Amino acid sequence: MNTNTARKQASLLKTEPVAEKGTLFPKILLGATAVTVLASIYMIFIFSEVEKTMGVVQKIFYFHVSSAWCAFLAFFVTFVCSILYLAKRKRIFDTYAYVSAEIGVVFTSIVLTTGPIWAKSSWNTWWAWEPRLTTTLILWFIYMAYIMIRQMDGVWDKKARLAAVFGILGFIDVPIVFFAIRWWQSKFHPIVFGNGPSQKGGGITHTMLLALLVSIAALTLLYSYLLQKGVNLENMRIKVSQYKEKLREDMEK
Amino acid sequence: MLRAALLLAKKDLLSELKTKQVLATMIIFAGLVILVFSFAFDPANNTTRAVIPGVIWVIIVFAGILGLNRSFISEQRNDTMHGLLIAPMEASSIFLGKFLANFSMIMIVELVSLPFLFLLFDFHILGYFPYFLLVLVIGSFGFISIGTFLAALSANSKSSEMLLPLLLFPVTSPILIGAVQATRIILTNIEKLSSAMAWIQLIAAYDVIFFVLCFILIDYVLEV
Repeated sequence: MNTNTARKQASLLKTEPVAEKGTLFPKILLGATAVTVLASIYMIFIFSEVEKTMGVVQKIFYFHVSSAWCAFLAFFVTFVCSILYLAKRKRIFDTYAYVSAEIGVVFTSIVLTTGPIWAKSSWNTWWAWEPRLTTTLILWFIYMAYIMIRQMDGVWDKKARLAAVFGILGFIDVPIVFFAIRWWQSKFHPIVFGNGPSQKGGGITHTMLLALLVSIAALTLLYSYLLQKGVNLENMRIKVSQYKEKLREDMEK
Repeated sequence: MLRAALLLAKKDLLSELKTKQVLATMIIFAGLVILVFSFAFDPANNTTRAVIPGVIWVIIVFAGILGLNRSFISEQRNDTMHGLLIAPMEASSIFLGKFLANFSMIMIVELVSLPFLFLLFDFHILGYFPYFLLVLVIGSFGFISIGTFLAALSANSKSSEMLLPLLLFPVTSPILIGAVQATRIILTNIEKLSSAMAWIQLIAAYDVIFFVLCFILIDYVLEV
């Protein structure tokens, strides 16, 4: 119990300077996010040309691809922070891992909803059991399970430890899942939809590429802004619960 | 380390032999799965042959989940888990011991239930039998090793019976894909043995990666 309170005090001290320094940085981040999101909307809907065969529906591609990128980035951050947590045992890494996984699940959900909408109009089916799609679905399930671990009852460092272990395991699993599914599918229908690069990479024009890059930048900035906000929120929550604990102790005295 | 693991596995199996609670549940459950599948897919129909490889793995996965759930929960009743943790052995030998016990139990379940499945569905094995056994062994190995690990992880939760399948199914999906495909090729289409071997290699690679990973990470899961 003694070490636990000492650790709490340490984290209390540590969160103070972060909050002070963090007054300017989030504002810059917010501004950059707003500017790039507006720019990307302009680029997507006005600047870039309309795709020849798919028409206007292709515009969903910019959000789809950039959210997929953000989801992978978020899960990678979770993976790295999980390793760092197990090595260093500092609560801040755990907070980052948790918030990042949550944002990653949101972005994966965006991918999984925009995907079928786009697929319905271009492939004429809502869903195909194609490697990328299936892997994304399994990814979503893995990180939902990760969040379920976080909802467990118990002291925070136990939950953090178990979640970190699962974060590492889940992230390493993803490439294997992808290869297994690609192998499975390629046995039966080799190239049906010309998935991914052969279709997008082949016919992309300069304006489209530029729009894609801007929207990726916009969503990455949005991700970092959300991450920063979420971590701040989580830190505040931790602090409030510490004060509550302290009050309770004082009352019991 | 190995000796401690063997001792632990022996203890688990002996206490299981005494009560026969989990093993009986697993075997009866496997029988019920076969029954349900006989309603879902008409056994008199010839096309049913195509779903047999899938049914085999559904039986293993569902019966396996039952056993895995119990393997760490049973240590909580008298708080023997703490006893194991402070005993002079490493966390990895606890994992290894539990894994050996679970693995032998699922093997017994397979030994009993799969002949029944073949009998009741009147399924003749066309392929080469030893390859089928190989797929069964390495597929169950991977499933049970990662399952034992995640059972140790989810045992910390109050609702671990609900949590374990959620953790286990997405993570083991490569094994399930590979095992079902390899079983299908071996049982019905033995000419394509080379692609079955490719699947077996994939499962073996998965087994090795995750067995090592579990060994490294189990220290963090089983902390006092």
